[in-house]
Amino acid sequence: MLDEKLIALITEEVVRQLTANGRVVLPDRSPGQESSADPQNVVGSDRLLEDPLDPEALERMKKRTTARIGVGKAGARLKTQTMLSLRADHARAQDSVFADVDPAFIEKLGLLSIESQAGDRNTHITRPDLGRKICPKGVEALRQHCEMSPDVQIYASDGLSSAAIEANLEKILPVLTEGLQAKGLKVGTPFYMRFGRVAAEDQVAEVLGAKVVCVLIGERPGLATAESMSAYIVYNAYVGIPEAKRTVVSNIHKDGLTAVEAGAYITEVIQQILDRKASGVDLVK
Amino acid sequence: MNLSATLSGKTYTFRDVKDVLAKASEQKSGDVLAGIAAETALERVAAKYVLANLLVRDLRENPVVPYEDDEVTRINQDGLDEAMYERIKNMTMAELREHILDYGMSEANLKALGKALTAETVAGVCKLMTNLDLIYGANKVRVEATCNTTIGKRGCLSTRLQPNHSTDNVEGITASLFEGLSYGCGDALLGLNPVNDTVSSLAEVQKRFDEVKNRFEIPTQICVLGHITTQIEAVKRGAPCDMIFQSIAGSQKGNTAFGFSAATVEEAMALLKEKGTAKGPDVMYFETGQGSELSSDAHYGADQVTMEARCYAFARQYHPFMVNTVVGFIGPEYLYDSKQVIRAGLEDHFMGKLSGIPMGCDCCYTNHMMADQNDIENLALLLGSAGVNYILGVPASDDIMLNYQTNAYHDVNAVREVLGLRPIAEFERWLEKMGIMENGHLTARAGDPTIFTARSNF
Repeated sequence: MLDEKLIALITEEVVRQLTANGRVVLPDRSPGQESSADPQNVVGSDRLLEDPLDPEALERMKKRTTARIGVGKAGARLKTQTMLSLRADHARAQDSVFADVDPAFIEKLGLLSIESQAGDRNTHITRPDLGRKICPKGVEALRQHCEMSPDVQIYASDGLSSAAIEANLEKILPVLTEGLQAKGLKVGTPFYMRFGRVAAEDQVAEVLGAKVVCVLIGERPGLATAESMSAYIVYNAYVGIPEAKRTVVSNIHKDGLTAVEAGAYITEVIQQILDRKASGVDLVK
Repeated sequence: MNLSATLSGKTYTFRDVKDVLAKASEQKSGDVLAGIAAETALERVAAKYVLANLLVRDLRENPVVPYEDDEVTRINQDGLDEAMYERIKNMTMAELREHILDYGMSEANLKALGKALTAETVAGVCKLMTNLDLIYGANKVRVEATCNTTIGKRGCLSTRLQPNHSTDNVEGITASLFEGLSYGCGDALLGLNPVNDTVSSLAEVQKRFDEVKNRFEIPTQICVLGHITTQIEAVKRGAPCDMIFQSIAGSQKGNTAFGFSAATVEEAMALLKEKGTAKGPDVMYFETGQGSELSSDAHYGADQVTMEARCYAFARQYHPFMVNTVVGFIGPEYLYDSKQVIRAGLEDHFMGKLSGIPMGCDCCYTNHMMADQNDIENLALLLGSAGVNYILGVPASDDIMLNYQTNAYHDVNAVREVLGLRPIAEFERWLEKMGIMENGHLTARAGDPTIFTARSNF
């Protein structure tokens, strides 16, 4: 995989982007592009806004925002191309919320798979309280198959985007695991939780007696990307711990913080959390 | 007070007025999440029967949050028109519904009636209304308000132009602003949701909005929707500001979670009177949305429609220029699908109008809801026909900062054309002067944001 030197290089670059509040400054997605529109699927007239008074000014404006401007009109409606690219982006977003992570993908990574108490996708969407609790069978499986009392427990969860997990997990897991082990830390057995919400990590901490828990979870998708993942990291968690005690690394996707960069960065963050025995607002203090 | 009803041989008994209100609500996932919704369709109807037979006074005398504990309840109860209330307090809720819908109920009388209704009464009658009832009732009333221009005149449909940017880049914001103006949007407001809630960041955008407004002599209002305390600080330091914004909740506890109180709103209004850039007198802007109280555990076991009505009771005390529900922003755990969002949009608009506030709607949805652009286009057209003051407009419906979708800049024009509505008159004259609108239709040149760059150094 990655040698330590490379990890160190990446880490340096990523930590450089750190802001004071512990979040990461994101590279902007390339400006003026309709984010995930498929360029090969052009319909209707190829220029959206025809004959602008000042074509140069329009190009300049489009470079300064990713908003869909200069799109022209058909009567008082959108052009076909704009309408369809919106629908395509929305479809990608919806599919990532309502589809499951492919079980074969989890199997390929050799991960134990457990579930929250939500039980099905609709309940998961409408009952965040149930997504924060592990189902009894899952608790049993964790006790049976996972190493107890690790320094760090990493696990993945679909959250609100299965696409985020499928796009990022395979790349981030080895960087994280090897990076943490290289620091001499005891890393727990990674697993996957279906229908999970962030706060389920608190119960994970209790069940496994982990000092630090880090959940890699799918974010609510926007039209710009459906593949954005976040890491929520918490020290000495217990069920009911205040939300402000979590350290968040967000916008992990190929046009944001890449999975490999994020893995290196999160490794450093976890080391910091262990050193200072604190996470979230307590870490920033 | 009878709290029981028998349907199909089964007697349904409700604990108190709060329980009746919750169970009589149309189904909302937020009320299910709160554990207060009717468990069966028949129980819901039984609650509606009980509600229909309650008296107006029963609703007033049983606020869902106690008077002693909550300034929203106090503002509501203390602000009622007592003379009018005396005339209607023994009406049943069924009679109140029919009174509102009756051909004999004029606009002036309906406005006068609204001043005698508490939020619980407004919410109660809303729960006895079908969707068309809500449109029909709301359409009787127009609520006007004046900042620089006057919003809410019959025959008008306005827009808040929302040129949000993912990093608050002022040139990027200006690009989206010019795009929106070129589509005839912005007669209600040029209003940005900032990423950075800092005084300097707000002031920079306020200054740009003010420059654009003055350079092109646009008859409209500007606002940058930071936290109320940040906006107050920006104005104190000289930032140009027509209006101050705040998200509000239906309980004092909810407002505390939002970081302000009634006193903060009074401070903002006094400051604008002295240092604001608008003529006024209406200089406040509030946003609401069903479910926000539950999300901050400030709902006191009451349903989200009733808590929403309490927002409007609070808002009317401060004569806002605009109030809108951000109806589909909160997510599927509060409003599950398009059916619930459309219902909520119609409820909020009706309740706002009946409460006497100038009501708009952000017809919107997130990507984890069972809704799409078709649904909110439906809602915009329904609300246009119900006489809503304004809807929102963003570039091609995609808000790149809030990561949700609302109406496209184009949409208001389509709704106006279909329903025979126009922008605010002086704004329409300005659009004609700029070559953007002619006879109520967009011109061939409309939609070109470089109309503005070609005539200025922006």
